[in-house]
Amino acid sequence: MAIISRGFAGRSREHNPELPPGQYLTEDFPVLSAGPTPELDIADWTFTVQTENGPTKWNWDELHDLGVEDVHTDIHCVTRWSKLGTSWRGVPLDAIFEHVETEREFVMEYSYGGYTTNVPLEDLLDGKAWIVSEFEGEPLDPEHGGPARLLVPHLYFWKSAKWIRGLIMNDNDEPGFWEQNGYHMYGEPWAEQRYW
Amino acid sequence: MVSAWHVGTVVSTNTETPTGRSIVFDVPGWTGNLAGQHVDVRLSAPDGYQAVRSYSIASANDSERVELAVDKLPDGEVSPYLVDDLQVGDQVEFRGPLGGWFVWKPTQEQPLQLIGGGSGVVPLVSMIRAHAASGSSVPVKLLYSVRSPDDAFFADELRALEGPLVEITWAYTRQTPDGWPTPPGRVSQDLLARVTFAASATPAVFVCGPTGFVETVATHLVALGHDPVSVKTERFGGK
Repeated sequence: MAIISRGFAGRSREHNPELPPGQYLTEDFPVLSAGPTPELDIADWTFTVQTENGPTKWNWDELHDLGVEDVHTDIHCVTRWSKLGTSWRGVPLDAIFEHVETEREFVMEYSYGGYTTNVPLEDLLDGKAWIVSEFEGEPLDPEHGGPARLLVPHLYFWKSAKWIRGLIMNDNDEPGFWEQNGYHMYGEPWAEQRYW
Repeated sequence: MVSAWHVGTVVSTNTETPTGRSIVFDVPGWTGNLAGQHVDVRLSAPDGYQAVRSYSIASANDSERVELAVDKLPDGEVSPYLVDDLQVGDQVEFRGPLGGWFVWKPTQEQPLQLIGGGSGVVPLVSMIRAHAASGSSVPVKLLYSVRSPDDAFFADELRALEGPLVEITWAYTRQTPDGWPTPPGRVSQDLLARVTFAASATPAVFVCGPTGFVETVATHLVALGHDPVSVKTERFGGK
């Protein structure tokens, strides 16, 4: 039984069914990063998928030639803000994995700047994840992961690695950066999988 | 594993700025925290409605006293209650401590460079307190950017902590104290070069504040030669 905070009324009793438990709506786009924002030039940018069969690598144009689509989705940050109905453009991971042979079931996303986060491969396929380079019709800001970040909107947003550089396929689910620092291995917002 | 919720009872409050205050809670069962960690704070209304937000912890010790310092967001739901309404004896709930990245441990041997903007100084204050309490011999520099002298959190305590190992530089962005030698202005690369540890000293660097402030400072630090991996940041607010 929770205690009562005397005098606390709260803002709204209208429950928004699109909002996972413990989240609040923001119109802002807060920035969360563990270090400085890297300066990246798309001329030097590459994306690599490393499997048991070796690496497959794309440059900026090659990746986008795989086909870009519009994504409309809600996003949920573990720090409790959610944004509903955001618009992105990017390459679906399904298009990328058409060119990748792997038996491995777990992915370590890694970024320019050294960030990592882990996710099961099945959470990246079947229309669930994209490499996005536009937000609300504009090139993605560096603070928000530009030139390109992963977008895995059905998981807490730390699983959507900014400044994405590649994926490493693993046999086991290894913890990434925040997962080693107290955050949940999977991060499902509707189950409130925030911390260990 | 993150602990269960603990009840925190307000022991004292102190007005720090026109929009912010510090609050000390007694939290039975709290087993302490590292400097720089944060905590989830849960408020419950009589009808069962709950709101949870994360706050940096200003204290760093192994007692059951936990200090927060909160700045009121104009359209916030939780921060106005904490700043304006909460009284001694009132109760909220805590879960934590949380976070294992933006933390300083007294066993760290590099010089400690702290750079804070506004209420972003809170986790840095916990680091300075931990540094003082542990008897650490590493040198510390704090660069604290505030709009005006009235907007500084823990100003008196910070001044009292200055000494041979602790150097504090104040930067005012809108209004300086009377007779201040330089006009108000944003933290520049030139100021950082003058008053913070050089990259060659390989300091541990912690930067906390509003997003724009942290973006600017972190970019300057990298331009000054700091290894991006040694610059830990914590941002709040959008852009």
